[in-house]
Amino acid sequence: MIVEEHDVLHDVRPEETQPILRYTLRERVMHWLTGFTYLYLMATGMALFTPHLYWLAAVFGGGPTIRFWHPWVGLVFTAAMIWMYAVWRDEMRTIPEDREWNRKVKLYIENRDEELPPIGRFNPGQKQFYWVMLFGTILLLLSGIVMWFPEYVPFGIRGVRPIAVMLHEIGALVTIGAFIIHVYMGLLVVPGGFRAIVHGYVSRGWAKTHHRLWYNRIVGSGSAER
Amino acid sequence: MPTAALEIKAISAHPGPVPGKGAKRNEGDGVCKLIDVTTCIGCKACEVACLEWNGYPFHETKFDNTYQTMPDLQWNYYNLIRFNEHEFADGSFGLLMRKDQCMHCADPGCLRACPADGAIVQYSNGIVDFQQEYCIGCQYCVSGCPFNIPKFNSMTKKVHKCTLCSDRVAVGLEPACIKSCPTGCLHFGTKDDMKALAETRAAQLREQTAHTNAGVYDPPGVGGTQVMYVLHDIRNPEAYGGLPANPTIPLMVRLWKGPVKWLGGLAISLGLVGVVAHFLRFGPKEAHPIEEVHRP
Repeated sequence: MIVEEHDVLHDVRPEETQPILRYTLRERVMHWLTGFTYLYLMATGMALFTPHLYWLAAVFGGGPTIRFWHPWVGLVFTAAMIWMYAVWRDEMRTIPEDREWNRKVKLYIENRDEELPPIGRFNPGQKQFYWVMLFGTILLLLSGIVMWFPEYVPFGIRGVRPIAVMLHEIGALVTIGAFIIHVYMGLLVVPGGFRAIVHGYVSRGWAKTHHRLWYNRIVGSGSAER
Repeated sequence: MPTAALEIKAISAHPGPVPGKGAKRNEGDGVCKLIDVTTCIGCKACEVACLEWNGYPFHETKFDNTYQTMPDLQWNYYNLIRFNEHEFADGSFGLLMRKDQCMHCADPGCLRACPADGAIVQYSNGIVDFQQEYCIGCQYCVSGCPFNIPKFNSMTKKVHKCTLCSDRVAVGLEPACIKSCPTGCLHFGTKDDMKALAETRAAQLREQTAHTNAGVYDPPGVGGTQVMYVLHDIRNPEAYGGLPANPTIPLMVRLWKGPVKWLGGLAISLGLVGVVAHFLRFGPKEAHPIEEVHRP
């Protein structure tokens, strides 16, 4: 599977060559539910954000169609984010080991990972992405509800409507920025990361390189189920 | 205008001149509807004519203890006389009546806010028109309008408003409401002519009546409008059923359709360029080979 045969030494016990389950099926379904709904929301939102990308509306069925579905898909995305909050909130809290890593984040950007302190199941960058998306979702949901039903906003407080659009755009731009980095890291910077979030498994080398505290914890406990 | 070529030159067996012949309406600041509220009698002939021309049915309405036909404009009711009980400075009572409809701003907030290609157009004669076939029902125009005019049809998910009878004006006719007005309080012509007429009427009111603050409502905050009012008291337009004293396109709409648009696009583009540059400079993070894992 993930472990390349020629790398395995003969005196290694068989269980030490086994890949490690990094993401359970539940976590993978949860991740891709947020992922695909966010992709749809981003594409249809960009169509309405700038006339230069209005052609994206045609890709997804035309302007009236995306106007109808964008809010509903937004609710699915929100539900998935609430699920993700329930499942990952404890693991996404900053732990003492994160602080030194955070100070040395420049080393991470420059791929000098061996000079960084060992890190748990999620590194501080991943945790920041999680919280940015979570708070972004709250902002996008609240402003989005106003944009969904502007005809019910009394004319006396009509200023709320364009403010909601502005907050929605700010929320979108911030989360899109985080999303670009997230996709780039997962697809290109950390080989094996994408496979992990699709199939669930990582090699022991991957786990030890990128998340050593987590690796030590699960190997020390004798369980490969994180 | 697309139908300008269909302007009528001669009509068979028609008594009198060809309607609209010689009308010059695409020059200067375009066409204009002038509403002299001081001579409006609240007969609502314009409301009926509007429904007739646009082919909308009468329907049940809500009675709220005024003469007003309904509390607010609706998607299929473009034109509404607003009745407002008012006490003048001398203690006398008056019923202020204002024909409320789209103002056809020279700088239309609806058009600025709209994200759908072609859903709102402004003709060279100044008329701002919604093209429902391109409307996506997002109602950004509702947010952009300082006059609370566009109304949403929740069945068809399209937004509607007064067209200033663009279809009639295109062939040299005046809007339906103008044609129906029995007191001559509604006028239609070029913006320049209507401005002159309005100023003359306002001056007459100031000099010959008690309305010494009479004036012309042509708000500069939206670049002027193709619909103007002569008001008894220009200092208090709010008294006429919420006519804003200084309407402007909301600052948030200007920001969101201006700097935020290109700054946001720039930020996203730079982000994409940034990750490509990072990948070319630093490349992927390699995991330790498996031997190292087993021989710490």
